[in-house]
Amino acid sequence: MSLSNIFTISGSAMSAQTVRLNTIASNMANVDSAASSADQTYRARKPVFSQMMNNSMRDRGWQNTKLDETGAGVGVQVQAIVESDAPLQPRYEPDHPMANEEGYVFYPNVNPMEEMADMMSASRSFQTNVEIMNSAKSMMQKMLTLGQS
Amino acid sequence: MAISFAGAFAGHDKALEFRSARAAILANNIANADTPNYKARDVSFDAAFSDEMKRLQLQGTNDRHFAHAAESDVSGDLLYRNPEQPSLDGNTVDMQREQAEYAQNSMQFDTSFMFLDRKISGMRKALTGN
Repeated sequence: MSLSNIFTISGSAMSAQTVRLNTIASNMANVDSAASSADQTYRARKPVFSQMMNNSMRDRGWQNTKLDETGAGVGVQVQAIVESDAPLQPRYEPDHPMANEEGYVFYPNVNPMEEMADMMSASRSFQTNVEIMNSAKSMMQKMLTLGQS
Repeated sequence: MAISFAGAFAGHDKALEFRSARAAILANNIANADTPNYKARDVSFDAAFSDEMKRLQLQGTNDRHFAHAAESDVSGDLLYRNPEQPSLDGNTVDMQREQAEYAQNSMQFDTSFMFLDRKISGMRKALTGN
């Protein structure tokens, strides 16, 4: 029954968007986490989404309808969380307790504007998937009442 | 005159199957709205319908005619949607369009459902006679 597939599809999207929101929260929380060397500095994290294909679902014991076997995916998964390669911000702050010998402190390469825009996009996508799940639920509930009137 | 379920339902039972399968495909498009290089997919109702037409039952005029079993599963070909606005990450999901298609699909599901429901209650009325 493909209507029940919608629950796994939207559910996977909701959990992927939650991971995205989590990375955004982590980036925003660490926006001012200073470090004394470039390798120790926090770098902005971003999840990489990829389509969940039938095989990966079947390995986990999910059954799919015939229509899905023709190649439609069955949700989205977080493939990896990558760190941004954008340049860090070295600032000359000799009074800072984390300052290195030259008096520089390294700040993360988090762009707060970008993170805010990303957060709005993630929460919108989450909401849409909740709506999809609700509407699939009402379709399924309706199916149960077939022929009762 | 014999009443057959297949005749009475006029394909609306298959339509429900098709609509629910399509809902899953559209939900998958919406789920992958932020996936890089994901290509939005959809099934064509015309393709599924013409597949069904090919399987139409033949009229048996003699007892010795083989009854052609109208066995069918709705399996229209999965196609790729033509993007209207190309995006940098190679994703072709247009959220508004997918939401509109999903809403339309669930309305059509309701329509088929309503038809089936009324048909069943009509048949029940004919059987019980009140």
